[in-house]
Amino acid sequence: MSVVPVSYYLVLSGILFGLGVVAFVFKRNIITIFMAIELMLNAVNLAFVAFARAHNQLDGLVFVFFVIVVAAAEAAVGLAIVIVIMHNRETLNVERVNLLKF
Amino acid sequence: MLLLNHLWIILVLPLAGAAINGLLGKNWPKVIVNWVAISSVSLAFLAVLELVREFSHLADSQIPYGGNYFNWITAGNFRIDFALQVDQLTVIMLLTVSFVGMLIHIYSTGYMAHEGGYYRFFSYLNLFMFFMMTLVMAANLIVMFVGWEGVGLCSYLLVGFWFLKQSAISAGKKAFITTRIGDFGFTVGILLAFWTFSSVDFGAMFRQAATMTPDTMSHAGVLTAIAILLFLGAIGKSAQLPLYVWLPDAMEGPTPVSALIHAATMVTAGVYMVARMNPVFSRAPIAMLLVGIVGALTAFYAATIGICQTDIKKVLAYSTISQLGYMFLGCGVGAYAAGIFHLMTHAFFKGLLFLAAGSVIHAMGGEQDMFKMGGLRKQIPVTYWSMLAATLAIAGIPGFAGFFSKDEILDAAGSGPHANIWLWLLGIIGAGITSFYMFRLIFLTFFGSPRYDEHKTHVHESPKNMTIPLMILAFLSIFGGWVAAPHLVGGPNHFEEFLHPVFAAYAPTAGVEQGASLAGSAGKSGGVAPSGGMELLHSLTGPPVIVAVIGLLLAWWLYIKRPDAPAQLAKKMHGLYTLVYNKYYVDEIYAALIVRPLLWISTNVLWHVVDEGIIEGIVNGSAHVARGSGSKLRELQSGNARSYASWVVIGAVGVTMLLLGILGMVH
Amino acid sequence: MSLPFLVFFACAILAVAGAIVLIVAREPIHSALALILVMMALAVLYILLGAEFIAAVQIIVYAGAVMVLFVFVIMLLNAGVEERTDWSKIAKWIGLPLGFFLLLEVAHWLAHSSVGKAVANGAGGPQTAFSTTELSTALFRQYLFPFEATSILILIAILGALVLARKAE
Repeated sequence: MSVVPVSYYLVLSGILFGLGVVAFVFKRNIITIFMAIELMLNAVNLAFVAFARAHNQLDGLVFVFFVIVVAAAEAAVGLAIVIVIMHNRETLNVERVNLLKF
Repeated sequence: MLLLNHLWIILVLPLAGAAINGLLGKNWPKVIVNWVAISSVSLAFLAVLELVREFSHLADSQIPYGGNYFNWITAGNFRIDFALQVDQLTVIMLLTVSFVGMLIHIYSTGYMAHEGGYYRFFSYLNLFMFFMMTLVMAANLIVMFVGWEGVGLCSYLLVGFWFLKQSAISAGKKAFITTRIGDFGFTVGILLAFWTFSSVDFGAMFRQAATMTPDTMSHAGVLTAIAILLFLGAIGKSAQLPLYVWLPDAMEGPTPVSALIHAATMVTAGVYMVARMNPVFSRAPIAMLLVGIVGALTAFYAATIGICQTDIKKVLAYSTISQLGYMFLGCGVGAYAAGIFHLMTHAFFKGLLFLAAGSVIHAMGGEQDMFKMGGLRKQIPVTYWSMLAATLAIAGIPGFAGFFSKDEILDAAGSGPHANIWLWLLGIIGAGITSFYMFRLIFLTFFGSPRYDEHKTHVHESPKNMTIPLMILAFLSIFGGWVAAPHLVGGPNHFEEFLHPVFAAYAPTAGVEQGASLAGSAGKSGGVAPSGGMELLHSLTGPPVIVAVIGLLLAWWLYIKRPDAPAQLAKKMHGLYTLVYNKYYVDEIYAALIVRPLLWISTNVLWHVVDEGIIEGIVNGSAHVARGSGSKLRELQSGNARSYASWVVIGAVGVTMLLLGILGMVH
Repeated sequence: MSLPFLVFFACAILAVAGAIVLIVAREPIHSALALILVMMALAVLYILLGAEFIAAVQIIVYAGAVMVLFVFVIMLLNAGVEERTDWSKIAKWIGLPLGFFLLLEVAHWLAHSSVGKAVANGAGGPQTAFSTTELSTALFRQYLFPFEATSILILIAILGALVLARKAE
C-alpha cells in the first residue's frame, strides 16, 4: 500500500484556500463571507495536519485543535454581530453597511 | 589732552541731542527742544575748538593722532575697530562742519518755528551732525562708510520731512537710491582695498601704497581701480555727472536742510574722501584725470542749466553741483589743498546763499519763483546785503572768499603739475556763467519793480535768530579767504601750509608722470617766480576775474538795463532755450532708459514670474500636492467592506510571497 | 490505484466541489450545506492522515456545532437570495486573479523551494496513527497555558454574544 504524498494534501489545501479567498472577495451576503472564512480556516487545518504527518510530530495537531476552538468562539461572536446588523440595517448585504466612509 | 584722548566725546554730544529730542521731545514745548538741540551742537563746536587747541600743541610725529575705541568686527583676517583720528584735514573739516552746523541750527529755530514735527526736525539735524563728524574723524574706510551712509539716511529723512507731500517723499527716495548706486562702487572699492592692502585703516593702507610702484597713464593697476571705484561713490554722494539728478529734487526739503546738507557738508563728503585718499589717487593718474574731467564737465554743465531756472532754490542747487565740480577739478589736477579750501569757502557762501534764500522765501510767505519777486532790497535789507556778499564771493570777485579758492583751482588747472588746457577752459567758462546766473538771481529778486501783488504779500524781514547767522556767514564770506591772501603778494598761503603735511606725507617721489611736487607747497613749481607786486597784478587781472566781471555786466544788461531782452533772446533761440530750460531732459531720459525698464522688470519678471509663479508656485504647489494626494488617498476609505477585504488579501498575498521567498532561501 | 489514493481523490473532489458550490450558490443555506460537505470530506482526509482525534473533533465541533449555528442564524434571519449589488471596483477585478495567484504561489513554492521539495517527496516516518493519549498529554503539559487561555476565550465569546444579541432596552 503506497502512501499519498504529502504534497498532494498541500496542493488541495492551497486550492481550497484559494477558493475561499475568491468567495470572500466576491460574495455579498455577510454570512456567506463568514463561511468563506471558515473554509479558509479549514484549508489551513488540512495543511497543518499534513505537515504534522510529514514531520511526525504532534504539534501540528495541537495547533489544529486550537484553531477549531478559536473558530468556534469567533463564529459565536461574529454571528451575534450579524444579528445586530440585521436588526439595525435591515439588510445582510455587506455593501450596504457603508457608513464609515470618507 | 582730554579731548584728543577721548575723541568720541565730540560724536556723542550731537548723538545725545538727537536721542533726547527724538525719543522724548514729542510733547515738549519748542523752547526745550531748541535748548537741547542747540546746546548739543554748540557744545560740540566748543569741544572742537578745544580739540584744535590741544592739537596745536602736538608734535609733527604724533599726527595723525587717533584712538581705538572698541573692536567692532573681527572675522578672520578682517578686523575693524571703531577708530577715530585727527590730522590737519580733519581739523579743517570739523571746524567747518560744526560751526556752519551750529549757525544753521540757530537759524532753523526761526525758520521752522511754525512747522509741525519740530522735535523730529532737530532730532534728525543732530543725528546728521553725528554722522558727518564720524565721517570726517574716521580712521578707516569702514567707519567712514558708516558716516557716509548715515548722512545719506539723514538726507533722506530730512528731504522727506514733510512726508505727507508726495513730491517730498519721491525726492527723498530719489536721493537715497541715486546715491546708493554710487555707494555700490564705493563698497566694491573698499573690498578691493582690503584685498590689496589687507587692511582698510588709512595709515596702514597709505604706508603700503607708498611702497607700491605707481600706476601710469598707460598701465592701470589695482590702485587705479580702487581710486575709480571710490570715486564712483563720490559721484553719487557729491552729485556729479551722471548721478547729480537727486540734488535739485532734494530742494523739496526745508531750506535749512538744503543749506546744511546739500551745500555745506554732506555733498562735500566726496571731496573729503578724495582728499583723504590722496596717496592712492596720486599714484593713479588715470583716476586723477577722470576726477578732473568729471569735475570740470559737471562744473560747466550745471552752470549752463542754472541760467534758465526760475525757482530760487533750484538755481542754488545747480550752483552747488557746479561748485562741487570745481572742488573735484582741484583735486583732479593735484591741488588737493585748493579743493579743500574751496570746500570751506563754499560752505560759507553757499550756506549763506541758501539761508538768505530761505529768508526771502519766508519774507514772501512761501513764494519761490524769482519771476514773482522783485525790488526786495529796500524791504529786507539784511537779507539783501548778506546775499550780495555771498554772490560776490561765489562769482570770484577779488577780495571775497570765493576769489581766492577758485583762483587757486584754476591756477592749478592751467599751469600746475597736472595742468590740462581743456579742463582749464571748461573751468573758466563755467566761472563766467556762474557769475552770470548768480547776479541774475540777485537782480531778479532784489532789483526792479515788484512783480507780485503788494497787497496780498506782506514782505517783512526775518527775526533775529535768522538774521544773525546770515551776518556771521556774510562776514566769513568776505574775510574767510584771507588766510590765502599773502600768497597774492608772493608770500605764504597759510591754508595750504597748514594742510601741507597731509598731502605731502605719502606723495609719490618724482616720476615722469607725477611732476616735481604736489600742491601744498607755497608758490608755483617751475617757472620764474615773479615778484610780489607783479603777482598781485597778475591775479587781479587774470582770466577768472575777467570772466566774472563779464558775467556781472551781462546780467546787469539783461535784467536791469533791458528787462525784455531775455524773453526776446529766448524766442530767437527757442530750441536751445527749451533744451536748457528743461535741464537737457536728463530726468526724462533716465526715466525712460532706466527707471521704466527697471519697473517693468520688477513688475513682470520679478513679481509675476519669480514671486507669484515660482516661489508661490512652489509653496502653493506643495500644498496642492498634499491636498490632491490626500483626497485621492482618502477614496480608499470607501466604506465598502468588500474593497477592504480585497486590499487585505492583496497585502496577504504580498506578505506570503515574501515569506515563501525567504523560506525558500533558508535551508 | 491503491485504496488511499482513491479515497484521497474522492474526498478531494468532494471538497473542491463543495467549495465551488459555496461560491456559486445563490441561497446562503445552500452555501452552508456545501460547507458542511467540505468539512466532512476533510474529516475523512484527516483520518487518512492518521489524525483520528482531530477528525472526530472536526465533525463534532466544527461541522456539528459551528455549522449548525450558521444554519440556525440563516434561518433565523430569513436570509434569502442576495441582491446583486456590485459597488466595489477592486473586488470585481482582483478577486479571481488573486485566487489563482495564491494557488500558483503554493505550487511554485512546493516545486522549487528546498523545504517544499523535501516535504513533497513523501511522508517521512511510519504510517501509524497519532496517539490520542499523547495528544492529550501534550495538551495538558506543554500547551497548558494556551489551553486555559482558550477556555477563557470561550467564556469571553459567550459573554460577548450575550451582550450583543440582547434586545435594546
